[in-house]
Amino acid sequence: MMLQIENLHAQIGENEILRGVNLEVAAGEVHAIMGPNGSGKSTLANVLAGHEAYDITGTVLFEGEDLLALSPEDRAAAGVFLAFQHPVEIPGVGNLYFLRTALNSVRRQRGLGELDVMGFLALARERMKLVEMDESFMSRSVNEDFSGGEKKRNEILQMTVLEPKLAILDETDSGLDIDALRIVAGGVNALRGPDRALVVITHHQRLLDYIVPDQVHVMAGGRIVRSGDKHLALELEAHGYADLGQEVASDRSASVGATP
Amino acid sequence: MTTVTPTATTAPTATVAELLSHLRFPTSGPGPAWLTQARHRSAEWATMRGFPTLKDEDWRYTRLGPLLDVPFERAEAGADHRISSSTIEALTIDAESTRLVFINGFFAPELSSMTEVPDGVTVTNLASVLAEGGAGLEPFFSHPFGEHDHAFTALNTCLFEDGAFIHLPAGSLVTAPIELVFLSEAQGSPVVSNPHSLILAGPGSRVAVIETYAGNTGAITCTNTVTQVVLEEGAQVEHYKVQDEPDTGFHLALLDVRQGPESRFSSGSVALGSKIARNEVRVRLEGEGAEAAIDSLYLPCADQHHDNPILIEHAAPRCTSRQLYKGIADERGHGVFNGRIIVWPGAQGTDASQTNKNLLLSDHAEIDTRPRLEIFTDDVKCTHGAAVGALDEEALFYLRSRGVPHEAARALLTYAFAREVLDLIPSESLRTHVDTLVADQLLTDHDATGARSDE
Repeated sequence: MMLQIENLHAQIGENEILRGVNLEVAAGEVHAIMGPNGSGKSTLANVLAGHEAYDITGTVLFEGEDLLALSPEDRAAAGVFLAFQHPVEIPGVGNLYFLRTALNSVRRQRGLGELDVMGFLALARERMKLVEMDESFMSRSVNEDFSGGEKKRNEILQMTVLEPKLAILDETDSGLDIDALRIVAGGVNALRGPDRALVVITHHQRLLDYIVPDQVHVMAGGRIVRSGDKHLALELEAHGYADLGQEVASDRSASVGATP
Repeated sequence: MTTVTPTATTAPTATVAELLSHLRFPTSGPGPAWLTQARHRSAEWATMRGFPTLKDEDWRYTRLGPLLDVPFERAEAGADHRISSSTIEALTIDAESTRLVFINGFFAPELSSMTEVPDGVTVTNLASVLAEGGAGLEPFFSHPFGEHDHAFTALNTCLFEDGAFIHLPAGSLVTAPIELVFLSEAQGSPVVSNPHSLILAGPGSRVAVIETYAGNTGAITCTNTVTQVVLEEGAQVEHYKVQDEPDTGFHLALLDVRQGPESRFSSGSVALGSKIARNEVRVRLEGEGAEAAIDSLYLPCADQHHDNPILIEHAAPRCTSRQLYKGIADERGHGVFNGRIIVWPGAQGTDASQTNKNLLLSDHAEIDTRPRLEIFTDDVKCTHGAAVGALDEEALFYLRSRGVPHEAARALLTYAFAREVLDLIPSESLRTHVDTLVADQLLTDHDATGARSDE
């Protein structure tokens, strides 16, 4: 199993956001996570990437190793990648330099040799073509004054350069028009393979037309309340999350009841 | 019960009179009679005035005790032979350019290199000009202490031995930057030097000047330097200063600028060295349509103190001034921005901006920032702003989530903060030089120069 999450809880201060998440993702699989705003989807993504703002209990194994014990950079080296919902702007750090620093850091930690500038440029150009990104983006600062769609494409570019084993896409489709969505999905699909897995967090069924999931999960109230195959996404698209009300309510009471 | 004030904490620091006598003032140097008189007048003035204290508005952040307790000796000429040409080479920005080297304030011709300059242009040492009478220079030695009141500029007038003299007649252009290297050299006794330089740009002339201050590691030196720049109508002067003195030394500087109509002055600086450094800039926009741009990067770390007083006076209509000061304080470093813009009556159409941004990298570091505007006329556009912050945690997480190790990510973001000021340096060779110095200080195991070469 590539990723095993067991009874994962996360809170900031008194605010418990994840309330016992269980999830297993095998290599080669695509999992979609859907659910209403505030259900904990982005928190789950951030916790997996190593954000330090949370108090965490539970177990997360990545290829059998304790993921929660690793620093964010060690997780990246191990092969975990998060495409952020809101990529941060970093004035003064060149996009291309950042990408090369990241790739060489990861390669060093994976025991591979660093790529020289020419080798790196060849790789970067190829991957930029994949996400239809103009080279002029490379001389700009990381995400600075990028449009929403450009930021998302930049995330996918980083992903295709770093070649993670497990990629988590946090609402990468939100705010994208249909052409941008097609480009982003193309980048994601190029990375798919029997050794890699994908967790796609989304509000919309339409992304799943391009990236077809093996399993769909619904998160509500900090837990996964329903799982099914790709048809679950269509059902949610048709009926919304209103039908989940009962399950969410009972889950909450169960979780409260379990806490002394 | 009686309260006893411990005398150790109020140990007597030297008075101006004691210092002058210790430094054997007056010395009977060559020079015109008016200069001897000016030196005496400023000695009297400084003695009466005394050293600045924390009660002086412009000195409230700089404690002079550690400086005034040091038994400085007057620098002697002839330390040149202790300086190797490789020391000078390391401080050289462009090997082809004209370079004047001063050791402890004395001109060192054999370490300097002169290149062809256009007809009528003078690039030499000030003492040689004064030895020939220094015709027309008298006003430059009355005004700095006459109008700008603190003891150190007056002491500079009393004690200066030499400095650079650059004069450009109307319409002359000097394309390659002129490098002025001021080296402090002390073996054993603490040494004080007082360089004084004049840059006089005639109507429509153009020149670039780079001042570098450095010294031997561990030396206890005090550099009390004054540079005066005068731009006549339409002149353009690009000035840059690298302050990289030993972190055991003291650096007190005044850059005093007067601008005529439609002239353009820019000055950038980077402060890396000294235990206590005070880098004062005063610009007076006296002619209509003059423009000034002052940028600075100060990087106090360990126990360093970097004070940056700046005064820009808009004294004529339609002048523009811009300031960008950025500070990065680490460990127990202390950075100060004390900026003031005065818009005098009649300076309508003034466009002035003042920005100070600071990064605090340690809980023990300190930043004081004090942007001030004083406006005595209508129809002006003035903006100012100051900010002090820590590294952006979300940006740090973003870099780490891509595999960049924590320390390298911190270094990368710190360097990125400095870069806005470095990018303003117009000359590529100078930018590369300063970039390397800054990267050496900010980045330990990180290849910073690569940050630029990729682009």
